[in-house]
Amino acid sequence: MELTAPESPARPRAAAPAVALRDLTKRFGAVTAVDGLDLTIEPGEIVAFLGPNGAGKTTTIDMVLGLSRPHSGSIEVYGMTPRAAVAHGLVAAVMQTGGLLKDLTVRETVELTAALFAHTRPVDEVLDRAGISDIATRRVGKCSGGQQQRLRFAMALLPEPELLILDEPTTGMDVEGRRDFWSAIRADAERGRTVLFATHYLEEADAYADRIVLVSRGRVVADGTAAQIRALSSGRRVTATWEGVTTAEAGTLKNLPGVEDVELRGDTVLVTSADSDLVARHLLTATPAHDLQITSRGLEDAFLALTADPGETR
Amino acid sequence: MTASPRILATTVPERRVPPLGGFSPTFLALEIRRLLRNRRTMVFTLIMPPAFFLLFGGLSQNYQHQSVGHGNVSAYLMISFAVYGSMIANTSAGASVAIERALGWSRQLRLTPLNPLAYIATKVLTAMVMGAISVAIVFAVGAFSGAVQMPTSAWIISGVIAWFCAIVFAAFGLFMGYLLPSENVMQILGPVLALLALMGGLFVPLDVLSETLRTLASYTPAYGVGKLARAALLGDGDLLGAIVNVVVWTAIFGAGAVWRFRRDTARV
Repeated sequence: MELTAPESPARPRAAAPAVALRDLTKRFGAVTAVDGLDLTIEPGEIVAFLGPNGAGKTTTIDMVLGLSRPHSGSIEVYGMTPRAAVAHGLVAAVMQTGGLLKDLTVRETVELTAALFAHTRPVDEVLDRAGISDIATRRVGKCSGGQQQRLRFAMALLPEPELLILDEPTTGMDVEGRRDFWSAIRADAERGRTVLFATHYLEEADAYADRIVLVSRGRVVADGTAAQIRALSSGRRVTATWEGVTTAEAGTLKNLPGVEDVELRGDTVLVTSADSDLVARHLLTATPAHDLQITSRGLEDAFLALTADPGETR
Repeated sequence: MTASPRILATTVPERRVPPLGGFSPTFLALEIRRLLRNRRTMVFTLIMPPAFFLLFGGLSQNYQHQSVGHGNVSAYLMISFAVYGSMIANTSAGASVAIERALGWSRQLRLTPLNPLAYIATKVLTAMVMGAISVAIVFAVGAFSGAVQMPTSAWIISGVIAWFCAIVFAAFGLFMGYLLPSENVMQILGPVLALLALMGGLFVPLDVLSETLRTLASYTPAYGVGKLARAALLGDGDLLGAIVNVVVWTAIFGAGAVWRFRRDTARV
């Protein structure tokens, strides 16, 4: 796995970014769901749109797909308006819930959708790629949540879109359904499709995205690879056993440069610091502490730190 | 994770927007197939109207021998129930937008090139096809029963009018479909349609009503269609009021549907 992806000269040059959002704002009454959001996605990227529920992910995706209009700001999808990009088959989406007719069969649903586009891939091919050829004659109402989601995926594949948007695609799926769904998406993304997926599962963002865009309260709070996001929650945690340590002794650790937090749990001290080496050296040489452990703070710590409500009034 | 350079997925050589806003015969055919598969639609639009014709005395000897206009009373009844069937078929096809909105299907369709106007056109055409089937069944039952007597020209003219003028109810169904965001919209509209049919003189001749009620009834939406459909049988020449009735109600319901539809597409 490479962390620094070099700009490959062989990469095809597209005239316009896949998605360009500028100062996007959307309000619902007094609630500002999206608050001056800026985001550019280049062709070929697999981007996770990560944030807690209510961060504005679905609202943003709705606007990118032309399902709702922003109050201010601009949206371009491959240099077009969202509606034009949809009509040209450049962008397709797998939405969170609903949206299927229970009285049609799986195959009929795909056929109907195909009939609405100017060009599509063959119906059998997309059923196969989504892994639902075997249930083609089943009524949609009789399909499981995971099967319905793969049907939506098959429909999204029809126009061979350049950009595939997935809005919380695995919500409500069991572990196996989730794994099957992602392996279908992953196999598809190998073909070079640009993928933007919204999720509130950290593991999904970590496992499947090249780039994570962390959103909170309608704004982008962090943007980078999983490793870069982790590094944003500053420093590492040093844990050591220090028999009979007093609160005062532990408190002196706070005077070391870079230390953010010192916690005492019985005979164990936990020090969070930007300079873990310095803390380790100090603990091992100047104190009786032993059994030292240094851990990097997880993506989850970064997630919590970056999306926490500063007011914390709720 | 792959380190190999990505190849763009552009395997579709050119990207076009489909003509006619995405209107397609496949879509229309599947819409009709869905309605024909729906047991409730089948009962209410295809079985109930001919059953009513038989139950309300379509085969009664009295009615067969009682002449009215250029035919007999059985013919009068048959035309009335054909209009009733066409009315229900059109309304339920139009009102299916309510179900599709409730399910989120209309949102899914917004992810395709389908233009909202092409969607509405498909709904209206579906309504017209269902209306035609409903009229054809009532007329077939009337013809095979041997009870109905009227000139061939009256069969044709009244059939076409019962079918075509029921477009007012396609507009009504669409308007209600956008107004009532419910999966059970037809449970609300069923009794409304029965009342409108009664006021439109489809179940009993309006002569039985008082003067005031009769005047009021002539302004209700089913009145115009009923009167026009029966004109060829009755040799009725005074149709201006009925034509105005159909045109005005179609315009009102159509405008209502457009108004709600605009709000709907602004939001979705």
